[in-house]
Formats: sequence, structure tokens, C-alpha cells
Amino acid sequence: MSFYSPVRTNAAEVTASSRLHLFKYVEDPDQPKIETYETRGGYRAWRKALTSMTPDQVTAEVKTSGLRGRGGAGFPAGMKWGFIPKGTTKPRYLVCNADESEPGTCKDRVLMERDPHSVIEGMAIASYAIGCHLMFIYIRGEFGYSTDVMRTAMAEAYRKGHLGKNIYGTGYDLEMIVHTGGGAYICGEETSLLNSLEGKRGNARIKPPFPAISGLYDCPTIINNVETLATVPHVINRGGEWYKSLGTEKSTGTKIFSLSGHVNQPGNYELVLGHNLKDLIYSPQYGGGILGGKKLKGVIPGGSSTPFLTPDMIDIPLDYESLVAAGSMLGSGAVIVFHEETCIVWVIANLIRFYRHESCGKCTPCRDGTSWLEQIINSIERGTGRPGDVEKIESICENILGRTVCPLGDAAVMPIISAVKLWRDEWQHHIEHGKCLVSTKFNLAEGN
Amino acid sequence: MMLTAESVTRIKNAATMYPVAKSAVLPALTIAYRQIGHLNEDIYEEIGEVLGVAAGEVAEAASFYTMFPKQPVGKYLIQVCHNISCSLLGAESLISYLEQKLGVQVGETTPDNLFTVVRVECLGSCSTAPMMQINHDYYENLTRKKVDRILEQLATEAGTGGQA
Repeated sequence: MSFYSPVRTNAAEVTASSRLHLFKYVEDPDQPKIETYETRGGYRAWRKALTSMTPDQVTAEVKTSGLRGRGGAGFPAGMKWGFIPKGTTKPRYLVCNADESEPGTCKDRVLMERDPHSVIEGMAIASYAIGCHLMFIYIRGEFGYSTDVMRTAMAEAYRKGHLGKNIYGTGYDLEMIVHTGGGAYICGEETSLLNSLEGKRGNARIKPPFPAISGLYDCPTIINNVETLATVPHVINRGGEWYKSLGTEKSTGTKIFSLSGHVNQPGNYELVLGHNLKDLIYSPQYGGGILGGKKLKGVIPGGSSTPFLTPDMIDIPLDYESLVAAGSMLGSGAVIVFHEETCIVWVIANLIRFYRHESCGKCTPCRDGTSWLEQIINSIERGTGRPGDVEKIESICENILGRTVCPLGDAAVMPIISAVKLWRDEWQHHIEHGKCLVSTKFNLAEGN
Repeated sequence: MMLTAESVTRIKNAATMYPVAKSAVLPALTIAYRQIGHLNEDIYEEIGEVLGVAAGEVAEAASFYTMFPKQPVGKYLIQVCHNISCSLLGAESLISYLEQKLGVQVGETTPDNLFTVVRVECLGSCSTAPMMQINHDYYENLTRKKVDRILEQLATEAGTGGQA
């Protein structure tokens, strides 16, 4: 039996490590089976939480761990759970966000396809912590295989009594729904996701109220990323203090990095937070250096919405604070690498097309702004740019930044602002000469 | 009726799972799309009736989600990711190669109604780029030879003897 996705991982290293844990079994095709998962200690954390801990103790343990949201925002998970109003009589909901669609990001898919029970177990523990009896996983519609694996795993979890009525004889009931989306990046934004889950267009909602107060069906709702939730069983099994001992002071634990673009060995690698970015790209264990032995030109460190880093900036620890200090963000941990033969205008034209397409159209600055940006950037890319275009791009970006209901507008312009700043000469050359400084042409490999 | 009895039953079952039936709109659209291959106004009417939701509300939601084609497509819908990670590894060249092999432009369907080629936004397969999705399956780490084999296999499966 082979894997559906051939993506490379560092499972062997994880297995030998006492600190890495998420990817321990992801190279074993038997791991999705519940018997295998149970044999390896699976659902032990769920049983422990439900039979020997109070919901507040579970939340406290996760708070102690310092675990931060792995979807991109990096908000402390335990603190988020604590926002559920005490004593509310309304139903409470947990939603696992599996709408993975930020260019460069392909980590949650691996967890769902190769270790689905870890996601369910984490969801169950989080549900208990917030007093939820119906939990959802919202999987992007294109992830057909992930959905099938999650559905099968869910059925097994019911059969084995980890889900359903009166779990482990405690009287606690917990149901689960696997829900699929329809191809919209914006639905990864939590309020858009909730609208989508309610059967509506995925437009963002104005916050406040935050979902923890009024979310799905106007009830208190917690939305956590797949990787965040898959980490929770480890926190419960080994303790918040143990988790906190990994990584850096403020960026605790481990994180999966999706490495893509011009590297010899793209893949998904679980690293302790604080791991050196340069090592991820060049180490023979991970990226193995730049494709074709070419020179590195730039790196997008945290998914396509995060500002660029140039080669002189990559000798830094991969943690939330260091990336911010470098002018970028850790985001979803999607590291996109490109070499010297890549025109920056071409890169930005590619990115802005995505954001223009994915803008939900609710806020004028984002809807119209991304469209204008795409036109101007395409014009420069085609060789018909005009003097003043760069300044116009900067002005439009500034007028989108911070002026939209959800972060999509910011996501669209942050990489543009940084690309203009870091490679201004290249933009000017493009406008003055009507062509790239470098010729960008990437051919499909011949293969065998 | 375009929806089969089986699809209607599946949509009804989906609706009973949720606290609010309207939540089953996307699952219903998915069921309909998987059965019919595309969506249109008539299907929204039918779904609306099954769910007890106004057809306009179903249409409103459907129009937002780009995953569902709104007009008939070929037996095999080839969706090529053209985002940054795939483009760095030749997605544009992959699209040209498909256009050349199939004799169609992006957005068109081959005269035998077998293949439609479209561009799509990031499919979350960035570390196995370049990639394409054909109907419900992902094809990753693509090369020319791999594309040749995939198209040949699909054409054979469709009974045209590998003419693609």
C-alpha cells in the first residue's frame, strides 16, 4: 500500500526524537486504522481528560503549554478556549478548521490523511474543555481523500466508543460532523467559515462579537486549526510543562513547516520552534539546498500572505517573535523558496491574482483594491508599466491595509509592500525597460 | 428531476445531521455536483425543495463557491493549480503542455467531451508541486511523462483507445 500523497516528511527523525511528536507515525500506512492508533497510545489522552480532569483543568493544561494557533494567527489556544462565557446556557460548538488553502501550506492535509485519529482526539478534548457536544471539522471541498479518511476514522471512533453517547461511561455525549467546503480561501477565516458552515456565502463577519461569544448559529464557538488540535493529545499525555519546555520562551512546542518552491527536497517537516530557517532550506535532512545549485533570491517564510526575506535575512530562528523582528511572520509555517532566476514582478503578479480571485467582495478596499493592483502589476509584468506605477501600488496597498473586516486585505498587500521595498530597483527596471532583469521561465520536468 | 432518488436521500440524511437544515446546502451542492458534474438553476430549485430552503438562497450560496462548475464540463475536469509553489516548478508550462496535447485552450472542452482544462487556485499540494486535480483525485509531482501516462490511462478508461 502506498500513500495517496507522495509528500516527503521527516518522520524518521521524529521517531528518534524525544521532542518531536506530530509526525511520529505519518510514514506508516497503518496509522489511520484505529486499532493501530490505539495500540500506540491513541485516545489515552481523551480518556484521561474525560475521566480524570475537569474541563477547566484541561484548559489550564493547554494554557500552561503555551500552544499557539497553528493556522497562521498564532493566538494562544488555551486562552481562546477560556473566552467561552461561563455559565452560558446555549449550546457550544467546536470547529476544526481544515480549509487549508493559503498558497504554500499543505501540512494539515498530511495530518488528516496519515494520522486522522490524532485530529479527532484533539477535537474531542477541546470539545470537552469548552463544554461542546457537537463538533465539526470543516475540510476544504477539494480534499476528497482527506475527507474520506476523516469520515472512516470518525466511524471507527464511534464504533469504539470514543465518540457518541455516554463516552467511557462518564455520561458525556459528543457527536461529530465532517463538513466539506466549496473552494474558497476566505473560508479559512473563522467568521467566513462559520457563514459557510451555516450554508451561506463565505463572507466575513464583523468582529466583535467574536465567535467565542457568538459564533455558529449565534452560539459560543471555538475554531482551531487541524495542527493545533492534533497537538492537544500530546499536551494532555505529557503535560503542559513538558510542551512548554520545547521551543522558545514565547513560541513553545513544535511546528510543521511546508517547504516548497526551488528547493531540492520540498516536503513537510516537523521542527522544534526556533529551528534555524537557513538550516531548513539547506540541510540535507530537509530542503537539501536550492534547485540546480542556483543562488537563493528570496523566501516567503509563513505562507503567501507574509512579507519576504532576502538571503541575508534567513539565518534566523523559526519562531513567532524572530519572524516579526525580521519584518515578516511565521504564519502557517509555509516556507516558499525562489532562486535567482525568478522575477519579483512575476512572483507578485502570481500572488495578487490569487488574492483578487479570493476576495469575497464584501469590503470595497479589498474588492476593488486587489483588482486595481492586479491590473497595474500585470501591466508592469507585460512590459507596459508606466512611471509612477510603483508609487501607485504602494498607495493602494496603504489604503487597503487595516481597512477591511477580515485579514484578507492585509494578506494581499503585505507581500507586495515588502517586495517593492526589498527589490525596488527591479520594479523600476521592469517599468523602464519593459522587461524583467532576469528571465523567468520554469519548465515542466521531463520525468520518467 | 435531475437529482436521483439516491442523491435526494443522501441530501435528506445530511440535513438531519445539522441543528439547522440550511447548513446542508454545501453538502447538498457537493452531492449534486458529484452526481451531475455541474450545477445550475434547476438543481438549486430541487435542492431548495429537499432542504426546505428558498432556491434563491441555495443559488446565492452556490454562486460563491468556485469548486462547482456552473455549466457542463468534460468527463474529466482537469484543474491545474497555477499558484506560486506550482508555478515555480512549471505550472504554466504544464498548462501549455496540456493545451497542446489536448488541442484545447484553458476553459475549453475537447470535441469528444472527454477533457476540460481549467486553472484553479491553490489546492494545498505545494510541497508536491506541480499538481493537478482530475475530477476528485490529485495528481502530484507532475512531469511530462507522468502527464502523458495519466491522459493515456484516462482515455483508455473512457474507451477511446488512448487517443488523447
